[in-house]
Amino acid sequence: MANTVNLKIDGIDVSVEAGKTVLDAAKELNIHIPTLCYHEDLCVAGNCRVCVVEQEGARNLVASCAMPAQEGMIIHTNTHKVRNARRHVVELLLSEHNADCTKCYKNKNCELQDLASEMVINEHMFTDLVPIKNYTKDQQSPSIIKDDSRCIRCQRCVRTCSELQHVSALGVAYKGDHMKISTFFENPMYDVVCTNCGQCVNRCPTGALIEKNYIDQVWDAIYDKDKHVIVQTAPATRIALGEDLGMEPGEIVTGKMAASLRRLGFDSVLDTDFTADLTIMEEGTELLTRLKKALVDKDSSVKVPMFTSCSPGWIKFIEHQYPEYLENLSTCKSPQQMFGALAKTYYAQKKGLDPSKIVSVSIMPCTAKKFEAARPEMRDSGYQDVDLGITTRELAVMIKQAGMDFEKLPDEGFDSIMGDSTGAAVIFGATGGVMEAALRTAYELITGREVPFENLDITPVRGMEGVREASIKLEGLLPEWSFLEGVELKTAVAHGLTNAHQIMEAIKKGEANYHFVEVMGCPGGCIGGGGQPIPTTPEIRKKRAEAIYREDTGMKIRKSHENPEVAQIYKEFLGEPLGHKSHELLHTHYTKRKRH
Amino acid sequence: MPDKKLKRVDLIFSEDSVYKDVLAESLKKSNEDILKDVLDSGLRGRGGAGFPTGLKWKFTSQEAEEEKYVVCNADEGEPGTFKDREILSRVPLKVFGGMAICGKVIGAKHGYVYLRGEYQFLKAELEKVLDEFHATLKEIGFDFQIHILMGSGAYICGEESALFESMEGKRGEPRNKPPYPTIAGFRNKPTVINNVETLVYSFMICRIGAQKFQELGTADSRGSKVFSISGDTPIAGIYELELGMSLEDFVEEFGDGDTKAVQVGGASGFCVPRKKFKDTIIGFEGVPTGGSMMLFNSSRSMYNVLKNYVEFFEEESCGQCTPCRVGCQQLKLGIEAVKKGDKSAAYLKTLQKLADTMKISSKCGLGQSVANSFYSIVDNFVEEMIY
Repeated sequence: MANTVNLKIDGIDVSVEAGKTVLDAAKELNIHIPTLCYHEDLCVAGNCRVCVVEQEGARNLVASCAMPAQEGMIIHTNTHKVRNARRHVVELLLSEHNADCTKCYKNKNCELQDLASEMVINEHMFTDLVPIKNYTKDQQSPSIIKDDSRCIRCQRCVRTCSELQHVSALGVAYKGDHMKISTFFENPMYDVVCTNCGQCVNRCPTGALIEKNYIDQVWDAIYDKDKHVIVQTAPATRIALGEDLGMEPGEIVTGKMAASLRRLGFDSVLDTDFTADLTIMEEGTELLTRLKKALVDKDSSVKVPMFTSCSPGWIKFIEHQYPEYLENLSTCKSPQQMFGALAKTYYAQKKGLDPSKIVSVSIMPCTAKKFEAARPEMRDSGYQDVDLGITTRELAVMIKQAGMDFEKLPDEGFDSIMGDSTGAAVIFGATGGVMEAALRTAYELITGREVPFENLDITPVRGMEGVREASIKLEGLLPEWSFLEGVELKTAVAHGLTNAHQIMEAIKKGEANYHFVEVMGCPGGCIGGGGQPIPTTPEIRKKRAEAIYREDTGMKIRKSHENPEVAQIYKEFLGEPLGHKSHELLHTHYTKRKRH
Repeated sequence: MPDKKLKRVDLIFSEDSVYKDVLAESLKKSNEDILKDVLDSGLRGRGGAGFPTGLKWKFTSQEAEEEKYVVCNADEGEPGTFKDREILSRVPLKVFGGMAICGKVIGAKHGYVYLRGEYQFLKAELEKVLDEFHATLKEIGFDFQIHILMGSGAYICGEESALFESMEGKRGEPRNKPPYPTIAGFRNKPTVINNVETLVYSFMICRIGAQKFQELGTADSRGSKVFSISGDTPIAGIYELELGMSLEDFVEEFGDGDTKAVQVGGASGFCVPRKKFKDTIIGFEGVPTGGSMMLFNSSRSMYNVLKNYVEFFEEESCGQCTPCRVGCQQLKLGIEAVKKGDKSAAYLKTLQKLADTMKISSKCGLGQSVANSFYSIVDNFVEEMIY
């Protein structure tokens, strides 16, 4: 066959598709070759040199991640030469690495540590000569800590930031032994174009890039008898948390998560999914209102397309890179922040609590949520609406600290109020989910009929394609919406900021004519968020997404407007979508930021 | 034993009153004829690596791409090399002529000279000559444009793939190979990248024919080469010499009577001690060089020489691959520690093993060649490393 090449690895014949690498071919044979700079999501760098192998006839060893498999190649992965070289490489990396592992947040979750252990490197032979270097530890960002002393310069973060996210907040500076991963003019992370998405954190093999953790602060709040500590959990946490607690990707652990939170000592275990449903009510209404003003009233001050606003990484991206489009962003706060604003108002009133005594904690698949919670405008309740945002990973650490056998926990439900949710809310966690949830509600609102898709599954907006488009013809509308009769509602979905960039460029050039665009900052949407269990690969994200849709299918109610607690809050507290109270608590504004 | 005697040659800098005619005639020849000449001549790259020039041209000419490039590597950065500067100052038209002929053979419309940052002072004059050259091409009726791009002072950008990255406006970091430049070079298009001197020889081969060129040198090292001779010599400078001479002859001609070692090929080359002068051939069958010949007499500390080289590499490594970035640091720290007595002499063996790893597992030629000088100096002057 023309499209396959045949080679021999460690004496075993293997055929692979042309274009595959030696590393790919070895994987086919279940031969493990260690890697560090290689990552499935990124272009090949070939710079750590841990994956070197011997190729017969070649003068030097070759990096298996970068070497294309070629016809007739004979490869040896485990020769004396190879082992010596790999060992040297790991020893060299350790010589410039701050290896005080017990003080490291990534202890036991570090690829360099794994390799050192695998190679039984118990003496760091090149360490003693290295002079003490003055590394910087940048802890000023509310989301991400960058510790250069632990960096092995593999450039995964750099490739992530430029290739996947089109942000390029991280780059390479200097050369030789001074070479380092740096930012624009070495400014702190909080003061550059970083979106706090945390994709670099997900891919950093060591502890050089980690989330800023608030584990101790959460424990302190829980132990404080004077405080009422409530917790909300984002949609994507419930299908990934298990991965950090010994379970396989794709397992739904909603019930166990609720049980674990209760056992950790939270006073009330609530659900961001509730405010995801509420977001749909607000955002759906906002979309229809915008369409009326723009299409019927020809009001040029109203901007279309409308962009979703749930993803704080995306928000910061557009604030930096496309500030001229801030008015296109939905004014809806993200579900986390809607929840926060309601927790210290509606919830406090209903429960008869003093809002100053409430500590509002969120469990998020996201590092940017930490930044979002700290935004100065997110204090509409009169207090900081969300006090502490922690990631799925941090929650897993707390569960381990508490000594729970997570897999054996019973399935429990959420508390009330603000614990009810629908299938539409849970799919917020996957790319296309907000779009699908919005369409399920908006379409029904204006036609009185369910969306014309089998079993409510709007499959054109699902999947892992970087940019997806879908349109729905609006026909047979209820009389009050007849002004939209015959409109072809054009939507688009993008995930990962490089795809967002692509969509924005198309819109800027006038090549795209959408009404409604969903953007999620992370690849795969929140399921692939920067706060999710490490590692992340396309395969793992696919499994998480499948779990999200399974969870949706299994829900009794699958449309946001049918959430009984949502109906209740409008009746008792908010009035109507986009009403006065909503405007005060659930909507926000954005800030133009510098481009570098 | 070398059978060639030292012989001066005058091809590169020879006066050329018939330059225009040669260019016009060459551009009229068939591509096959030119390729045959360059292949038959046995010319190998003069930048140091010595890849057969004709093959490079042939491979690139066989690529089906519309867009192809000729790049002249004038990022002369190897310590002890200064011949490209001289060539570009004295015979730039021959360099451009070589580029145009190559462009014809491979089917490129654009050529680029990547000029070492420190050679900024050459640029204005080169551009003037270039205008003249473009006018000549127009007269001849050949469509080819040469552009000059400046480097910014990084040694690594002399490595061809880092050079392309730099030309593309990116950080100068070597790429993974394969693919090689003949398939994916500048802008990922098929590219011939030749050293300044190689291009002049290509031009001269078209002028004098493959036969005349072949008569010079040895089976493995055809032709002559421009040497940059420096160090402890009363007659430092640029000399064009036939390849294949023994180092003994060379030292006799250029040494100061007290030569204890010659560093052949610059910091990334090999150090040859006096006792090996006789048996060392300067050429691809012996010790190859991109032109740098540094002579050291007995007043020199070879420890200082080595330390200087290692420091150079430590600073000039691009820093992306582990063996080179960290290895260079460790070699430097290691020889310092041995010299100071903080490490025993046996540590030199550890360092040599490390240098081995750097040689076989670094990503590009820089890291791979640090071992050359390290090994040859440590092996031959071990007592100077310790005491």
